[in-house]
This record gives sequence, structure tokens and C-alpha cells, in this order.
Amino acid sequence: MTGIRPADFPPPFAAGEVIARPTDPPDERIDVGVLIVGAGPGGLACAIRLGQLLEEHPHVAERLGDVPVAVLDKGKQPGSHLLSGAVVNPRALRTLFRDRLHMEDLPTFGPVEGEAVYVLSRTKKLRIPPPPTMRNHGNWIVSLSQLGRFLAEQAEEAGVALLPETAAEQLLVDHGRVVGVRTGDKGRGRDGEQLPNFEPGSDIAARVTVLAEGTAGHLTTAAIDRFGLHGVNPQVWALGVKEVWRVPKPLHRIVHTMGWPLRKRRKFREFGGSFVYPMGPELLSLGFVVGLEYRDVELSAHDLLQEFKLHPLIAGMLAGGERVAWGAKTITEGGFLSLPRSLSAPGLLLVGEGAGLVNVPRLKGVHFAIESGRLAAEAAFRALQRGEHPGRLGALSSYDESLAASYLWKDLREVRNMRQVFDKGFVGGGVRASMMTVTKGNLPPKDYGTEPNAATELIRTGRAASYPQADGKLTFDKLSSVFASGNRTRDDQPNHIRIRRRVPRELAEMWTWMCPAQVYEVGVADGDGTVEVKLTPSNCVQCGAITAKGGRLTPPEGGSGPEYTNT
Amino acid sequence: MTTLVFLEHHDGELQKGSLGVLAKAVSLGGGDVAGVVLGRGAAEAAAQAGDVKVYACDDPALAAPLPQPRVDALAALVGQTGADTVLFAASVLAADVAAGLAARLDAGLNWDVTDLAVEDGELVAKRPALGDTVLVDVGWTGAPRLALVRSGTFDAPEASGTADVEPFTVQFEDFSTLAELVGHDQEASAGPSIEEADVIVAGGRGLGAPEGFKLCEELAQALGGAVGATRAVVDAGWYPYATQVGQTGKSVSPKLYIACGISGAIQHKVGMQGSGTIVAINKDPNAPIFDFADLGVVGDLHQIVPKLTELVRARRG
Amino acid sequence: MKIAVCVKQVPDATAHKRIDPATRRLDRSGEGTLNATDVNAVEEALRLKEARGDGEVVVVSLGPPKAMESLRKALAMGADRAVLVADEGAAGSDLVATSYALAKALEREGADLVLFGQQSSDSDGAVLWAAVADRLRRPVVSQVAQLTVEDGRVTGKRQTEFGYDLIVAPLPAVIAVSDAINEPRYPSLKGIMGAKKKPADEVSLDELGVEPGRVGEAGSRTTVLALGPPPSRGDTVKLEDDGTAAEKIVDFLAERRLL
Repeated sequence: MTGIRPADFPPPFAAGEVIARPTDPPDERIDVGVLIVGAGPGGLACAIRLGQLLEEHPHVAERLGDVPVAVLDKGKQPGSHLLSGAVVNPRALRTLFRDRLHMEDLPTFGPVEGEAVYVLSRTKKLRIPPPPTMRNHGNWIVSLSQLGRFLAEQAEEAGVALLPETAAEQLLVDHGRVVGVRTGDKGRGRDGEQLPNFEPGSDIAARVTVLAEGTAGHLTTAAIDRFGLHGVNPQVWALGVKEVWRVPKPLHRIVHTMGWPLRKRRKFREFGGSFVYPMGPELLSLGFVVGLEYRDVELSAHDLLQEFKLHPLIAGMLAGGERVAWGAKTITEGGFLSLPRSLSAPGLLLVGEGAGLVNVPRLKGVHFAIESGRLAAEAAFRALQRGEHPGRLGALSSYDESLAASYLWKDLREVRNMRQVFDKGFVGGGVRASMMTVTKGNLPPKDYGTEPNAATELIRTGRAASYPQADGKLTFDKLSSVFASGNRTRDDQPNHIRIRRRVPRELAEMWTWMCPAQVYEVGVADGDGTVEVKLTPSNCVQCGAITAKGGRLTPPEGGSGPEYTNT
Repeated sequence: MTTLVFLEHHDGELQKGSLGVLAKAVSLGGGDVAGVVLGRGAAEAAAQAGDVKVYACDDPALAAPLPQPRVDALAALVGQTGADTVLFAASVLAADVAAGLAARLDAGLNWDVTDLAVEDGELVAKRPALGDTVLVDVGWTGAPRLALVRSGTFDAPEASGTADVEPFTVQFEDFSTLAELVGHDQEASAGPSIEEADVIVAGGRGLGAPEGFKLCEELAQALGGAVGATRAVVDAGWYPYATQVGQTGKSVSPKLYIACGISGAIQHKVGMQGSGTIVAINKDPNAPIFDFADLGVVGDLHQIVPKLTELVRARRG
Repeated sequence: MKIAVCVKQVPDATAHKRIDPATRRLDRSGEGTLNATDVNAVEEALRLKEARGDGEVVVVSLGPPKAMESLRKALAMGADRAVLVADEGAAGSDLVATSYALAKALEREGADLVLFGQQSSDSDGAVLWAAVADRLRRPVVSQVAQLTVEDGRVTGKRQTEFGYDLIVAPLPAVIAVSDAINEPRYPSLKGIMGAKKKPADEVSLDELGVEPGRVGEAGSRTTVLALGPPPSRGDTVKLEDDGTAAEKIVDFLAERRLL
């Protein structure tokens, strides 16, 4: 026990920095009807649905000006920052594209043909029947990055303006109403100085602003603070690291594992597991996910995945293969009780994972993102159609009502306590989880609390001793992985990661091990037990783990970060 | 096979790269090989080519090192001699001449060639692709065949004998002589830039401190090369960004790359793996750079590099 | 003044590149991006136009329909119009065939100045400008690190192995610029939004009057025979310093004639 909690070393960051009033003179401002932040499944579903509705109601579209709907994304292109397993429940896609497209028209790797769940030990495996929440019959395997690109094309065809390489840096709030966002500057040097090609950010004014930022959203977090929308429980996250492999031997079923290399004992607070999904006959996707409530200073999701690949079950699947991609991202795991009190505020709608709409026991969030995006589009459209100012208090609250009436709510409520009980260790959690499944969430009747990821006390157990040395074939070091993510961020831009730069050694080490992209490094000790934290921000793949674990990720210059293409 | 080799000369001196290609062409055998020298002092320069036939033209239109009149000259010569193959050693000038000639003659041009061979009576060229991770065999569907050879690929032997120089004349196209050289500025800087240097001495974290770059600078100076740096040390402010080699810096392919205290992460490797010879000095025996260095030395660079500098100086006088 | 900038979509530098064993061509199915130096060429064209206060910048490319995404980037930076010769028939074109089709497209544009970006990051087309200039029968200056246009003449500072040359040519002319020439701008948001409304035409080979036999594999004069692994670098020699490492390095360099 070190007695150190990351939360005791809050970053030099105030949520208020992210909230601003419009400053551009009106003639320089960019005006759009509905502005969507984030070209992920939620934001794009919202854009597509708006496109459909505006096509059916051209007189409403006319009222919204030259650009009725715009989508901002900080990635180089749509899909660049999308990463997931992913096995997707097609329900929401079917609804979104009803009478327009079928699942077969979408870029998928087909429906799940079979599945297996294993509990692993270092060398052995025990196949268990899939728990009810993990049955995937009828679901489809996709690359979220590719699905995102497809949805982006659909959105563009529906008349939506896509603005990639653009970070939404501040939420513009005027007189208590969200009125748009300010985009980030481009072309600043390391110390913030303007380089010769400096291009200032712009105010984008919108009637409705939809935040669909995904995990650990920069503006979403600030908006929840600004409008007092915090849920019952604080939000918590897990960190997932995944690789895509080209393999000689096709895999015919999806595989999930629990257990090794995570440790079962309660004191470690190590909750997570792996997935291996086929992506057609030549590729497969495998990943390892661990909850960020973990305590071990030396826990590294990146190295756990490397260790995991050494298991005979996995090494066998990868034999003769070649890694073609790598990526990492956090997953929002708080569930129902961590949802914001309301997913709307004057002029504002919150969509998808950023809002917390993830069904953790089912390992599903994509269809919730799509469905919430669709519902947000309809709520925004209703307000705009009425000719009402969406900034009026309650003008967008039909979104909350339709969400509460939807299957999202029912599904999430049933499993509202399931994630929390695994705080009690793998076995105790399993028993309680089964009880919840049988009773559809009615037992136990109470709501379980949770603590922020940064509040767990760090421990040291020498965890790193078992991580394998990278061999460059089956196992890799972090820098090689960052390379495989396609990241080639300009090095001489300002640091976008807010952390305390002098902290106890344990905390600095924890960040160093935690980060899958080798952003943090333990620097010089200064004699009183603290060390300097050195940063290489251009390695960052914007996974968001630092936000969960005592720091704050802010968006770097638009176009930075990974360039995922098939994750 | 009748082959012409474009022999580039500068200040009256034939370029080694051109002579290397000429030697290679002769070694392929099976036909006539002749050199072509164009421009002021062509005949004198041509005489240096050794015991081969060399066509020379010193028409004033060829005085400046500009490509288009040279295209006219080569096209004329191909017509006169019936040559079916024209080879070039890559340079700024030769690349433009080769491409212009390809268009003029509707002839196939393979470039970035690193080897030439005759297989089953047909000329075949090797060309590395995808950052030198694949080697492609390329050929031609008909004559004339043009190839631009990567610089430094073939060694030039000591020329012996006297060339048989044959002058020829050229009719220039109206557009070929429109461009005009109006000035020349010999680079008089302290040393070559890292993109152009034949030798790069690069430093990484293993230098220990910014002052460590002094060692690299001295060695680079002794070798007539430039100094490069890894991202980590540029990030740390030890050396200027302009010298950064790697994925987010410069890509370089010098003849010799000496890596001092560089671990060899992939981000660095992709910027220098095209180097001819890689020498690595690092105290960590597990550094990945040892997997792709031609010569790896496990040891203390602070001991080795100064001594190396001394020895190089002594050797080069 | 009308400036045509020839640009090319290349596989994204980060994409996992491979050569399709069936076609022996670079697999271009992945993400594409505008060839880096072409962005410098677009920037230079925009600066020339802005300095003169009038003119038109047209980006011209040869490639699959999806290359239009990359042309949009040039439009977002400020180019006025895009022309993409997108024709199945042009796939697999080598230098001779590509330069022919591109020259046909440029003839139609009749620009005063044609700009290229030096060196394509996928190495195809690395010497295209000189071939195009010959077909257009115009003067060419390559490796230009500084460019001025005045009184119907273009002056380029050409970087070579032997220093800098100053070369003057009358317009119309073809210029290939190096990445030393400028620092390209970021497209502004207004530029990105405006790009979608700018004219972007796909033209077929037929419209350009290009005979099918002169492009694609039929029109090419070079061919890919085989793919293989690169030659091994030879044995890696690794030694521990026993106090004589410096001498050993010198011997090694001497043996390779690198001293």
C-alpha cells in the first residue's frame, strides 16, 4: 500500500476553461443549423437522421441556412479515431436505415457464426457456457473505423457538411444557452507561439449543438459540470488495447476470455477480459480490456495484451500471422447510475458513449450510440420544426423522454449494478451478476455506488515482472504499437495533456505503465519523494485513460493522433 | 543490345555515378556500349571515360546543365545509332533528361533501379519499393529501354585507356532552349544538409546530455557529414528540429549512418533504414538498432566516438 | 494567370502498404492522402495567385474516383477547381502512359503555369513533370525551392547536387517544386465548407481524346515481372567494445570504402 491516490493530485485544469462566450464578430462566425461534435456512430446517426428529416421537410431545412447540419471531428478523416471490438447489435442500424439500406449493404464482416467463452489460467483454458449477457446470436462483426467511414459517406450524401481535422475546443454558452463551439487553433508551436502557417480557430454558431464525442469527451465533461447534470454515481472507465492481425487460418467464431492475465483477488481490483473476433477470412481483431479502478502501479493494458497473446489458445490463432494495426481507447463503464441526470440542456444534446450510454455486461455501445443519435436528431428536429428557439429551457427535453421510453433505458437499468459488484472480486461479483440477470435487475433492489477511478489507492506488487520482452513478431513494445496506430502527430505543437508535472514516484510510474502509447516517463527525482513527469504528447492516441486516472486529456491540434483504418 | 550511357560531368569532371553505370553496362555484355557526354568541354571530359566509345557534343545550347536540350541530343543519338537502351545515373539533371526522353521516344523508363541484369536475353532491372521492404523486378515491353539508376549503386572502376570520342551534332527543338541559366550559387555552407549528406552522424538519448552532440559534430566534421538527431533529444531541446530523423522528421538515405546512443525505435528506423551502411554504438545490448545495423558496437560512446574521430582524422589527413 | 497544379493521391503514409500480388501494383484500396509535396505545389500556386490578386488555380489529377477526396483538400486550401481524370482504362499506367493522359488533360486547361510537387511519396510519378513538359513542348524547371513570376517569365531557384541554379523561362512553363519552397497553410473551416461547392469534374479518357491503347497497361512501356524480398543487408556484425572498437569501426568503414 502506498497511500497514494491519483485523485489527490488533480491536474491544472478547470472545467470553466472549456466554457466560453462567442468572440468572433458575426461576419467571421460560421453559422450552421445543427452542429454535431464527433463523427462516430452516434454523431453520424444523428446527422443522417437529420438529413432524412430535412429532406422530407425542405421548409425546415431552408430556415437553417446554407449549412443545415455539420459534423466536426478531430481525427484526420472520419473513422480515424474510431476503435471498438466490435460486435454490433444491428437493431439501431436497421431502424436508422429503415426502407433505405439493409445490413448487407453495410461494411460488415457478417453475422456472428459461433461463440466461445473461456476462463483462462496462464497455460490452461476452461470453456464455459456464455453468460446470458454475452450471447451474440444475431449480432454483426464490424470494424467501427470502417463503419464510421461508411456512415460519414451516408451523411454526406444526406447533405451534411463533414469537417474533419477540427477539434471542438470550447463550448460556447451565452446567457445559459449553448450556442455552438469554438474550434481549436492550428499551427501553434511548442510554447503556444504562432507558426508562419497559424490558422486561428473559429466560432461555429448553431441552433442546436449535439455532443457525440465518445469516451471521456472534452466538451461533454465540461457541459455536465456547467449544467449540473451529474448522475447518481461518478463516471468510470476501462482501458482497451487492441490489435488487428492478418492470419493464415480463418477464425470462425467470436471468443471472449476472462481471468488470466488479470488477477482474481479483490484487493487488486482487476476487472476485465479479452475478445477475439474474426474480420473475414484473413483478419482478426483481438483486444484486452481492464477497468481503470485497478490499483497496481505497474499495471499496463498494453503489456497485458502482449502477455495474453502468449497463451496457447491465442498464440495458436496468431501463428504465422502478422500484426497490421494497433489502437487503444477507453470505454465508458459507469452504466445507468452514472448517466447524466438529463441528456439535454438549453441548446444542447448529449449522445452515445460520451453521455455514458454503454451496456457493459453485454459489451455493447455502438447501437446505443446510433439509437441515441437518432432520437437526438428527432428531438432537435421537433424543436426546429416548431420554429421554437432550441435554447429555450425544455425545448429539447423530448429527447430525455424518448430515451426513457426506449429499450436503451430498459436494457441499461436491468444491468445497472452489474459492473459495480465486480468490485467484490471475480467470484463474488459473478454470483451477484447472475442473480441480477435472472431477476432482470430487480434483485438486489438497491443501487450500488461506485468511486471514481482516480480514487483507488495505488499498490505495488511487482506486476511488471511477468510482462514479456517484445520480440517484434508476436509481442511488441509500445513505440512500435504507436507506429502501427498510424500516429504521426506533429511533434512541435503545444502539449495537450494536463497533469501535475511533479508527483510522487508511484503516481508517475502508474501513468507510465498505464499509458499504452508511451506518453509519460519518470523524470528526475528531487529528493522529497516526488519526481518530474516527462511527456511526449505526440505519441498520444487520445485513449482518455489519463482523464480517468488523475489527469485531463484535451484535444490537440485537429488532425493529430492515430489514423485508424480497420480497428 | 546497343546501349548508351548518359555521362554527367561537372566542372570538366565525369561523375562517378555515371561511370559506375557505364562499367555495369559494359559488364552486362552482349552488345555495344557507348557513353554520351554533352556540354561545354564535352570532348575533354569524354576522354576520361576509359576504353570505350563516347559520343560528345559541345553545342552552346548544351552549355548550361539544363535537361531539355539534352533530351534533344539523346533522342538524335538514339536515332543515329539505333540504340535500344539508354542508362542514367540518378541526379537532379539526369532524372529530368530521362523522363523527357521517355516521353519523346514513347519509351519505358524504370527508375530508382538498384541492379541491372540480363536474364534470358532480356534486360531486367531491380527496384526497391515500399520503403525498401519489397524488391520488384521490372522490365520493358519494347525498345528503347530507359533506366535511371539509384545514385551510388555501382562502383566506378579506375578508368584505363583512352576513349574513342566521336562528336555529333544536334537540331534543337524550339521549346528546348527556352529555359535559361542566369545564375549559380555554389553552396558555401558549413557542411551538407542532412537530406543531402553522404554521411550522417546521429545522436540519441544515449549521449546523456545536450553537450554530447559535440562528439557527433566532431565525428561528422571529420567524415565530411551532417549531424542528425532522434525525436527524443529534439523534444528535450538538445538539438534543433531541422535535424530530426524519423517518421515525423526527415527521411534520409546517406551512404553511411552512424547512430550514437540511439535505441532504434521504429519511428526513427523508418527515417533512416534506406541508409547504405548503418553503424550503431549503444551501451544497451538489447537495443533494437542492433537488429538492423550492419555493424553494432556495444559500448560507451563517450569512449568510442572521440577515438573514432581521431582515427578518421588521422586517416583522412 | 491560370495555374494548373498536378496532384496525386497516394496511400496514406500510415497505411499498412502492400503490393497486390495478383496485379503486382500498389494496393491503393486503403486510405489515400494528397502527396505531401503536391500540397507545397498547391500552396505555391495560391501564393502566386494571391500576390497577383487575380487568376485561377486548377488542380488536375489522374486516379480512381476516390482520389476526389484528396482533390477536395486542395480546394479547401483555396484552389478554384478540380479536374480528375478518373477512368478504369488508365489504371496501371506507367510514366509514358500517365504523362500522355495528363498532358492531354493539361492541354485542355491551357494553363500559363503548370506546377508539380517534387517526388511522390509512393515513388510512382517521381519524374513525371519532365515527361509532361516534353509532351506539352514547354520549358521545365525542377527541384525549385523558390519561385517568382514576372512579366510573363518564371524564375526558379533550382536545388541540385552542386548548389543552387537560377533558371528563367518564359510562360507557359512547367515547374516542379520541392518541399523547401514553402510551409503549406491549414485549410480554414470556411475553406473546407466552401470546397464542397467548388466545381470538381471527373473526366473520362474519351472526353480528353485519349486513345485507349495509349494508357493503362496497353499504353505502358514498362512492366513488373516479379516481386521479391529485398536483398538482405548482409550479416549484422555485433561486437562488445574491448577498448579497440574505434579501430574496428575504422577497419569496417575502410573495407566498405566509406572513408
